[in-house]
Amino acid sequence: MSVLTLPEALRPSTLPGSAADCAPVLRERGQREVFCGLTGIIWLHRKLQDAFFLVVGSRTCAHLLQSAAGVMVFAEPRFGTAIIEERDLAGMADCHEELDRVVAELLARRPDIKMLFLVGSCPSEVIKLDLAKAAQRLSTRHHPVVRIVSYSGSGIETTFTEGEDACLAALVPQLPAAQHAAQQLLVVGTLPDIVEDQFARLFAQLGIGPVAFLPARRSGALPAVGPDTRYLLAQPFLGDTARALEDRGAVRLDALFPFGVIGTTDWFRAAAAAFGIDSLHVDAVLAPYQERARRAIAHAAQHLRGKSVFFLPDSQLEVPLARFLAQELGMTPIEVGTPYLHRRHLARELELLPVETVISEGQHLERQLDRVRAAKPDLTICGLGLANPLEAEGLTTKWAIELVFSPIHGFDQAGDLAELFARPLRRRDVLRV
Amino acid sequence: MQLTVWTYEGPPHVGAMRIATAMEGVHYVLHAPQGDTYADLLFTMIERSQKRPPVTYTTFQARDLGKDTAELFQAAARDAFERFNPQAMIVGASCTAELIQDDPAGMAEAMRLPCPVIPLELPSYSRKENWGAAETFYQIVRHLADRELRPAPRDGRRPLANLLGPTALGFRHRDDVIEITRLLATLGIDLNLVAPRGASPADIARIGAADFNICLYPEIADTTTRWLEKTFGQKSVRTVPIGHGATRDFIAEVAALAGVDPAKALGTSNMPWWSRSVDSTYLTAKRVFIFGDATHAIAAARVAQDELGFTVVGLGCYNREFARDIRDAAKLYGVEPLITDDYLAVESAIQALQPELVLGTQMERHIAKRLRIPCAVISAPVHVQDFPARYSPQMGFEGANVLFDSWVHPLVMGLEEHLLTMFRDDFEFSDAAGASHLGHGSSAPAAPQPFVSSEVEKQAASGAQSVSTSPDTDGSVEVLVAASEVATGWSAEAERELQKIPFFVRGKARRNTEKYAAEMGLSAITLDTLYDAKAHYAR
Repeated sequence: MSVLTLPEALRPSTLPGSAADCAPVLRERGQREVFCGLTGIIWLHRKLQDAFFLVVGSRTCAHLLQSAAGVMVFAEPRFGTAIIEERDLAGMADCHEELDRVVAELLARRPDIKMLFLVGSCPSEVIKLDLAKAAQRLSTRHHPVVRIVSYSGSGIETTFTEGEDACLAALVPQLPAAQHAAQQLLVVGTLPDIVEDQFARLFAQLGIGPVAFLPARRSGALPAVGPDTRYLLAQPFLGDTARALEDRGAVRLDALFPFGVIGTTDWFRAAAAAFGIDSLHVDAVLAPYQERARRAIAHAAQHLRGKSVFFLPDSQLEVPLARFLAQELGMTPIEVGTPYLHRRHLARELELLPVETVISEGQHLERQLDRVRAAKPDLTICGLGLANPLEAEGLTTKWAIELVFSPIHGFDQAGDLAELFARPLRRRDVLRV
Repeated sequence: MQLTVWTYEGPPHVGAMRIATAMEGVHYVLHAPQGDTYADLLFTMIERSQKRPPVTYTTFQARDLGKDTAELFQAAARDAFERFNPQAMIVGASCTAELIQDDPAGMAEAMRLPCPVIPLELPSYSRKENWGAAETFYQIVRHLADRELRPAPRDGRRPLANLLGPTALGFRHRDDVIEITRLLATLGIDLNLVAPRGASPADIARIGAADFNICLYPEIADTTTRWLEKTFGQKSVRTVPIGHGATRDFIAEVAALAGVDPAKALGTSNMPWWSRSVDSTYLTAKRVFIFGDATHAIAAARVAQDELGFTVVGLGCYNREFARDIRDAAKLYGVEPLITDDYLAVESAIQALQPELVLGTQMERHIAKRLRIPCAVISAPVHVQDFPARYSPQMGFEGANVLFDSWVHPLVMGLEEHLLTMFRDDFEFSDAAGASHLGHGSSAPAAPQPFVSSEVEKQAASGAQSVSTSPDTDGSVEVLVAASEVATGWSAEAERELQKIPFFVRGKARRNTEKYAAEMGLSAITLDTLYDAKAHYAR
């Protein structure tokens, strides 16, 4: 029987035989086929509309951004790379003076920029270029027109979405202190505007407020934070940001991540409970959304029920998405790989995964690919460096980056999210070549 | 430090990857931080390769730095050898590993692996992708070539050639190799080997057995070809067979070196007749701007001028290693050579020259789209659509056919051009409808560029404070141009007349008129100024 047919299933609880919090995790070291945190710039800069991201790094960093951004490099990028050259390394040029020059040049050309992120890379970390100090110095110089913040998106310190975590964590000390004593809600994690608007409408309908979002769309509208702030994580990769918010007194609301009907319901319930909203009212408000979302995922579910899925580590979205696929679409996760497992934030998600599921943290690429080949999953979720080679071996793949770039959160995207996984399988079935 | 958004070339270790991926039986162990594996997807996505590049990355992280990253490297090299059992390995560092000075060469040597291990020194902070590819190919050949080997006596056997330069992720390398191989077969010449694409270390060992070398892509193979000349005394063919005329020259050069009769291969492309037919008359003196890697840019300039009757108004390349060749070629066409890897410099050159066609890389395609100028791609870097499924060489006679089609395609066809002028008031031909050749959505004005430092923008900023330069507003090119009109004192009458000129030459007319007015010391531009300028600049 499908979990979804049971009304009480909307209240997540430990399923019989599910993986407990203390379940063993396969930890591996070796080659990791993952992006570095610089890649976060690609979606962060779309969200922060008056910010510019200046990577201080090498030609490799610029090449990565260009490859990851694809044609977006020409749309209207508000990011660039200050490429370290031989003379910077040889001490022929003072790196800090050079950086000041590049920043001045950039800001003169882009008077619309109100916030500048100096983004550290592997080369800048290894030569110990102090970008925090540079940000401080430059902030003084360009105050009050431009605010300058630094964080690291280097591969040696961050994996893919951890770049967003580092960015938001660097923003938290910049947030104004909350003045009013009333409780307020902060939603943390970059969401596409359309999803953010849906969420704002739903919170209003539920009677939860005031609600603010981090990051905000404009640097002038950064949300306030204080001991009366309750925050909900919209993304599972925000460990440092959560810690920084807690340092300022904010309190995390424990919830599933808002993927699918069950995840989204639980997420809104957690907020409603914290704000003392009557649960009958919550049920009444959410019911039509749940109904619509259930209808939307039913179509994809036909293709996915009973199919096995293997996640290679990429974004830390793997655990909640595997929970969604298992619980709401009836798929069987064989292995769920994640670059980093935040046990506390994911505790409830882990409980809801079938007990047979292997959770792996980190990566030894070749050994993991051996496991993929041995398991022959119906669907393998992996990066673009692996997708075509695995397809050529006869495995059906879903490339993971799309899950970060597409609107997938909330009730009204649940169908789209399910469809992202169903489409490669449907394509495999329709092709006659 | 250099402020960059777009880079024409990747770092040198990506060049090394292009060589390793092109070859068989070679494995690359790259000392690099977590994240540098992004480069794999250039091969698996843009070239749609069915296998992973043969590269093992150490992917060290911050927590490894305090410890022994050297040990990490050795473990990765050992694992890679055991798993992939390569005939030869290449080892090196990416930009970050270069800074931590682990010396992959020394470490690999100390391991005494049972296969040749070739160390690479690729200076990431001064060199780029093409150089990295050329150096890697050279080091592989230098280490693996059997130096005792010499060509067998001719005794009536067919001549043997090496085809040098094609790589993975090379612009049309796949089909160029097929086309040139076919051409050589017609001449009765056999290939000793094609390298690096498709060659194994065992093949490389036999490189000395060829009678001569064909340096197909100087960016990749020039260093190696010169070393082979010196070491084996092999002569080399230097003409790059891109275009009808160059292909004939190539055949003559090859035939002379091989001692065969060129006549058999001097078949022809459709290019000469297509170009002479009256349909093509309207191509005469079309002003073309050419930019790319030096080899493709120089070849394109010859085709443009001699075979299509265009006028070359600009010629440049992004790879400084071949700057001298570009300078020499630019003299032939009486233009200023443009040697830069800064796309903003390329953009302002295009803006200043107002060409009618741009031949360039993926980058110039975007610049041309923004400036609404027709464009065709002639050189890397390219996007996925320029790794096509169909046969589409640039070289040889079929290559000449492909060049003709792909360069003429984006131009407004002669008849369409005529109609645009005659029926410009009809709604189908209005400015808003755009030109059919610019494709779907071309009627929407392009978004402004971030770093445009052109006169237009300066004028816009001073002339109209209300024009927002904010990235996400629709501050269109049209608005910027409108603002500049205010600043330069066009009379209403002259302005209306200017609007009657087809949009694709209007920019040039505006510039010429303003330049003329400035030279004549005129503060206002009247209807007469417009036509005086037209007469002044009449070609």
